[in-house]
Amino acid sequence: MDVVLLQRRFSEYLTSLFNEGFLDEQFKQLQELQDENSPDFVFEVVTLFFEDSERLLNELAKALVQPSVDFQKVDAHVHQLKGSSSSIGAGRVKDVCIHFRNFCEEQNIEGCLRCMQQIKHEYSLVKNKLENLFRLEQQIIQAGG
Amino acid sequence: MGIAAEAQFHVLAVDDSVIDRKMIERLLKVSSFQVTTVDSGSKALEFLGLMGDVHGNPTIQSSSVSSHVHHHQEVEVNLIITDYCMPGMTGYDLLKKIKESSSLKDIPVVIMSSENVPSRINRCLEDGAEEFFLKPVRLSDVNRLKPHLLKSKFKAQQQQLPQQEELEQKEPDQPQQKQQQQQEKEEEEMESIEQKVDEQEQAVQSSVKRKIVEESLSPERTRPRYSGLTMAT
Repeated sequence: MDVVLLQRRFSEYLTSLFNEGFLDEQFKQLQELQDENSPDFVFEVVTLFFEDSERLLNELAKALVQPSVDFQKVDAHVHQLKGSSSSIGAGRVKDVCIHFRNFCEEQNIEGCLRCMQQIKHEYSLVKNKLENLFRLEQQIIQAGG
Repeated sequence: MGIAAEAQFHVLAVDDSVIDRKMIERLLKVSSFQVTTVDSGSKALEFLGLMGDVHGNPTIQSSSVSSHVHHHQEVEVNLIITDYCMPGMTGYDLLKKIKESSSLKDIPVVIMSSENVPSRINRCLEDGAEEFFLKPVRLSDVNRLKPHLLKSKFKAQQQQLPQQEELEQKEPDQPQQKQQQQQEKEEEEMESIEQKVDEQEQAVQSSVKRKIVEESLSPERTRPRYSGLTMAT
């Protein structure tokens, strides 16, 4: 496919991710930090985000099924997830983390479980979208762009 | 060391999050800093050569400070930027340890946190942090580091020239006026740096700004921190 067309598709897709709130301004900061000295910076950081998030989601799932839930522990995991999602600009994941932490503070298990479902959902959405974005980027490179 | 300081500034970045380490490393490199990253406060102290000696030698005499620095800090660190919230030693604990250390206390420390807790921010600034950055840290934040580096470099240069002042070093209580006369030239330089700091601080959040302005208004600020260490002219 034509490079120009692919580039347009890439930028339209990226715009839609900003418009729908999957990504926020911080993602643009990430893009600004990518240059010839670090050509895969965004991909590398986002890959770290995937690894870190999946580890934390596992920990959270385990912590929330304990007979007596350790809310401090849950909160610590959510705090980390909030930090990493805000660092890469995954806005919707970050927003759920903020609600999640409020429920931890209230020791509200129903609220926490609801947030857990939301966070898993939002995480898989943004992961999918970012993978699409990287795929488009690869296509541009392969097309000589 | 004075000549080496002409080259790149070396920043030690401390963060337990691998993502944030990668971010801060990149932010600093893009801004032409040399960067070392570590994942905990204790590793930072280890890197700085301050392991197991944290509370030791609280009153090292000024004449031995310079060699002490050389001995412990094989790699010169011009600034430390640390996350606040870390398991084990927090960024605040690390700040305290650095400020309590005779050999490290002049290294500027900047704290980062994702949480905007005013009491926390004020506590860090009152206990010696130069800046407090809210995460995620941006390029505009990193640009605010330069004035602190210039100040610390200037201090480092002051500490380079102790030999000619042997006698004065043994009299740390000598009148300030005398020192100031000898330091006129250096102080002019210092003031121009302070001015630059003020200009750059215009954009800074008010609590930080207030601190810097107070500092530059204070006469304490224009003389070296090691009161016993004076400079050769």
